Amino acid sequence: MAKLIKNQAIVDDAWQVLTLAEDQRAETVTVGEGQWIVPLSVFLAQPALQQRSDVAVWLDGDDEPADVAPFLAQLPLVAVRFPKFSDGRGYSIATLLRSRHGHTGELRAIGDVLRDQFDYLGRCGFDALQPDADRYTDAQLEDALNSLTVFSEPYQASVTIASPLFRRQRRAA
Amino acid sequence: MYRYDEYDQQLVDERVKQFADQTRRYLAGELSEDEFLPLRLQNGLYVQKHAPMLRIAIPYGNLRSDQVRMFAHIARTYDKGYAHFSTRQNIQYNWPKLEDVPEILGKLASVQIHAIQTSGNCIRNTTSDPFAGVAGDELIDPRPWCELIRQWSTFHPEFAYLPRKFKMAVNGAEEDRAVIRCHDIGLEVRHNAAGETGFRIFVGGGLGRTPMVGEQISDFVPWPHLLSYLEAILRVYNRFGRRDNKFKARIKILVKALGIDAFREQVEAEWAHLKDGPSTLSTDEVARIAACFVDPQYESLPATDAGFERARAESKPFAKWVERNVRGHKRAGYASVVVSLKKTGVPPGDITAEQLDLVAAWADRYSFGEVRVTHEQNLVFADVKRAELFELWEQLREAALATPNFGLLTDMICCPGGDFCNLANAKSIPIAESVQRRFDDLDYLHDIGELELNISGCMNACGHHHVGHIGILGVDKNGEEWYQITIGGRQGNDAGIGKVIGRSFAAADVPDVIEALIDTYIDHRHEGERFVDTVHRIGLDPFKARVYGEQQTERKVANG
Ligand code: HEM
Ligand code: SF4
Repeated sequence: MAKLIKNQAIVDDAWQVLTLAEDQRAETVTVGEGQWIVPLSVFLAQPALQQRSDVAVWLDGDDEPADVAPFLAQLPLVAVRFPKFSDGRGYSIATLLRSRHGHTGELRAIGDVLRDQFDYLGRCGFDALQPDADRYTDAQLEDALNSLTVFSEPYQASVTIASPLFRRQRRAA
Repeated sequence: MYRYDEYDQQLVDERVKQFADQTRRYLAGELSEDEFLPLRLQNGLYVQKHAPMLRIAIPYGNLRSDQVRMFAHIARTYDKGYAHFSTRQNIQYNWPKLEDVPEILGKLASVQIHAIQTSGNCIRNTTSDPFAGVAGDELIDPRPWCELIRQWSTFHPEFAYLPRKFKMAVNGAEEDRAVIRCHDIGLEVRHNAAGETGFRIFVGGGLGRTPMVGEQISDFVPWPHLLSYLEAILRVYNRFGRRDNKFKARIKILVKALGIDAFREQVEAEWAHLKDGPSTLSTDEVARIAACFVDPQYESLPATDAGFERARAESKPFAKWVERNVRGHKRAGYASVVVSLKKTGVPPGDITAEQLDLVAAWADRYSFGEVRVTHEQNLVFADVKRAELFELWEQLREAALATPNFGLLTDMICCPGGDFCNLANAKSIPIAESVQRRFDDLDYLHDIGELELNISGCMNACGHHHVGHIGILGVDKNGEEWYQITIGGRQGNDAGIGKVIGRSFAAADVPDVIEALIDTYIDHRHEGERFVDTVHRIGLDPFKARVYGEQQTERKVANG
């Protein structure tokens, strides 16, 4: 079973991620039994999926987070996909989902997710971090827990640290 | 000068620890080349021709003497005994070993210096006016605002993987000495009609492949909203900047594609959510930071000093140096001194470990222990007593740091070019030297007057060639090195991009071409008119005619 880091611990995970192949269309692709995280386009195109409690949604970098906002209360989780680890759009999308659209459930980073990014991903509101299945050995993933918080008192406000350092701490002149 | 408190220090120390582990994992094969790339870049580490190049931030160009001494130590211990000041108020080492970098960063951290975000697709070192706090034309000191931006942008989790690098500069004087219009975001601290402090903001400037002058997105953002407004701009850019093509990924392309009005609308829509949020600056915080930039303990001095005046009358070389390299100061009896790093034969911006140690000692002796770095790759002692200028000059002269050429043709900006840089199309340092050698007559140089010559070894424009009064750009033609010349570029309040005068030249011809341009200027100039102003008054044609001469006429005839 796939592993991911959730709430600072390594856990097994039963969700599968659906991606559309070249010849598949959002309207007609079949989402089978089991727990599936489907692309936003599929979720929006197939209202039947919106009734299923074992279907979640993932957003791509060019998806609009506002589009998933009406469903947030009912979705078991929302994922944001990083097509490349160097593509930083997902950080803003996560921030918007948490701070503007009020998503309080699981927010999962999927795709090209690296341990060297965990601290930043966490601060942008991801509480579940799922590197590609073959990226880290179990031992490396264990070690990667040390990367969850690199900077103990960051300067700026973000999703999880709601106020900037100058409001959190009394800084001497 | 800003001094770290325990929080600043802790962050930098944690960074060093993080990078040491990343380097270890890279060397152990746990991190791929690709994965390590952005991590090392965000720690200032490039892989260059000869070795990694390490770029270290000098936030808004301010340094203390102990930091300068550390630079000397690093040059001596981990490099070949010298370092290089860049156009973005950074210092670069060309020869460190990768394995040594964590240790170097550790030593830098011990003197409150870091290499955080000096490269990579993130918010880079914020730059500013090297005469901040001392210039007579200053309206508001930009440095506290730079420091606030530095803290906000350091390890900002949302903006570490932007589509492309992101550069900001702040200016607070009448004259823009920070080239704010050629930055991704340029900020001018100013007062509005009601006397409140805020920012005029330009966005979408930048050089490189598609040079552009920034456009005004706001004429006044009140100071409490500085960070939330920047956040709004960055978020729009992070989400909608192009990522499909590296050459179109800078914010200037997004601003251009949308148009400044539509871009502003998006930013303001985003800002509406952020305004008055937690990032809103507080009076206390601004006061805390501003307290680091109060005036040093100036003495009350008479405006003139008899000894200084006598030395100036008696020594022509001293007088020449004073004329060029000494600038006025807001306080009577004080002056700012520009230490030229443009001696003929030395690559522009280079400095040796010995010179760095001397600079540190002079800073302690003459200028409250502080040094500034300019984007023209020179150094500044901001607060020198007029009475001590002669003494300082004699010592500078002994160390070959008193070249009286600040703002003149030989005070050129020059990138490392083909001698060091992987991306170069042509060499730049030898071109700088050949021009310096041609114009070695000081009297003539002074007569030519203010002239900015900027040289880049490729179109990335690290040498700012677009905004040079004369710009030289290295180009590649069938594997050979050629040089294209632009004239009429300007930085400052009326920043503009220079125009190409015509086909490019072989290296050997460059000094002749520059000479022909200067001769044309001398023939046409009005009393007191700068080269660049003559170019704008009379246009390119007289210059082209002199440079290309008959060949161009021939071609015209041939074309009928
Ligand atoms: C030797 C290693 C260097 C490399 C590999 C390098 C690389 C680059 C690249 C790729 C760009 C183009 C970025 C773009 O337009 O999107 C650029 C621009 C620039 N670099 Fe460098 N550079 C180096 C050294 C320097 C040095 C030594 C300086 C200063 C003397 C410098 C200052 C700049 C500046 C000012 C720009 C223009 C930025 C703008 O568009 O506004 N770089 N550099
Ligand atoms: S302008 Fe080109 S050659 Fe010069 S330093 Fe920049 S990238 Fe290298």
